[in-house]
Amino acid sequence: MIWDWNWALEILPQLLTQGLLVTVQATLGGAVLAFALGLVVALLRRSRRAYISRPVGAVMEFIRSTPLLVQLFVLYYVLPDFGFKMTALTTGIIGLGVHYAAYTSEVYRAGIDGVPKGQWEAAIALNMPRPYTWISIVLPQAVRRALPALGNYVVAIFKESPQLSVITVVDVVGLARGVGSESFRYLEPMTIAGLFFLLIAIPASMLIRRMERRLDT
Amino acid sequence: MMTVNPCSGDLPGVFGETMPFLCQGALVTLQSAAGGAALAIVIALIVGLMASSPLRTVRGVARVYMEFFRGTSVLVQLFWLFYAMPILTGYQLDKVFAGVLALGLNLGAYGSEVVRGALQAVPPSQREAAIALNFTPLQRMRYVILPQAFAEMVPPMNNLLIELLKATSLLSVITVADLAYEGRLLVNSGSDQLVVFALMLVIYFLFSYTITLVMRFVEKRAARMVGRGKPRRATAAAEAAR
Repeated sequence: MIWDWNWALEILPQLLTQGLLVTVQATLGGAVLAFALGLVVALLRRSRRAYISRPVGAVMEFIRSTPLLVQLFVLYYVLPDFGFKMTALTTGIIGLGVHYAAYTSEVYRAGIDGVPKGQWEAAIALNMPRPYTWISIVLPQAVRRALPALGNYVVAIFKESPQLSVITVVDVVGLARGVGSESFRYLEPMTIAGLFFLLIAIPASMLIRRMERRLDT
Repeated sequence: MMTVNPCSGDLPGVFGETMPFLCQGALVTLQSAAGGAALAIVIALIVGLMASSPLRTVRGVARVYMEFFRGTSVLVQLFWLFYAMPILTGYQLDKVFAGVLALGLNLGAYGSEVVRGALQAVPPSQREAAIALNFTPLQRMRYVILPQAFAEMVPPMNNLLIELLKATSLLSVITVADLAYEGRLLVNSGSDQLVVFALMLVIYFLFSYTITLVMRFVEKRAARMVGRGKPRRATAAAEAAR
């Protein structure tokens, strides 16, 4: 058996529309959640109160050291027992968001640490209130510094999103598996799914590299 | 002192019921992680060296390999090797072998980038000094550049090894009986899912933590061997100050 063009063209539209939509939703949802949650975590970890910063740090370390797949299982099988009923896609987005928040919080932390000390001192000298210092002086600079690394994590989330197919989300890979098992031909759908990731991930990472160079100067 | 075997079936309640299975799975996870790591490190060294080659074609080959395997997700590569390739070549890979191969190829591509970066970070004067001392290219690499680059690559390799360990859980999707698979099987057969999932996460965490501890030790050794590490006492003081 070799590559069957007719069949490949037949399943291509379905994979590209239906599958692509779910993959993009999962990626963007996961990324937005990871960015927001990561920032909150980064701020909590800088808290002067040890009873806040320590436990948050430990939990994030734990999340980063354990597989996303198992975390997805926990969300998917355990949460309904406590009365949280969500669709598989929502569960997946929360899983991706929380998992990658552990990574993005480190990125924000590095960005915040990279803000020169003089900025803080100037804000104190101008008698600015602390929240105002954070919002209008430190964070804009920190986030700008963090942007390329955050972009890399969007690509990473995109590439991890097929794991959601294990908790029954029908994304590109889930769909490819479905189509493959129906017809006992995995070659075409899987290859299309793979190419699809290549075609998006490579230009995206090139774009991020360019952004990195521009922000450097 | 009484020692308790955490894998024995005599443990009380749910633990005795689940731990023997989880331990079996954990062993498979460790084996596939070790296999994947060995393959990834070999690939990373070879491709990383190729990516730093002065020859354009060699660099190009390395670049294509790295972009290809970093551009697609591990799960897709795994499915492709296990489900799609047999149709194309007529040769069905064993599932554990396909898994280890996918992990090694994928993490090897990330590792190559680390190796390339570390080689590039060695100051050019080191290379020039080695040329001035009439070292052959091989000696230059072996005695001057690689040891210094090695110290540089250990911390990012630590992260990659943890990513590799986490990625082994994906092998459960092609029915390799690893920790994630055994855990899911236990849940499906009616064990308390909260306990099973908690135990799984703890086991994965312990493995990750062990990797970090080992790599920290390797990092200190490697830095000291090229004369960059702090002397022993200063390191201890710095640790205490943290």
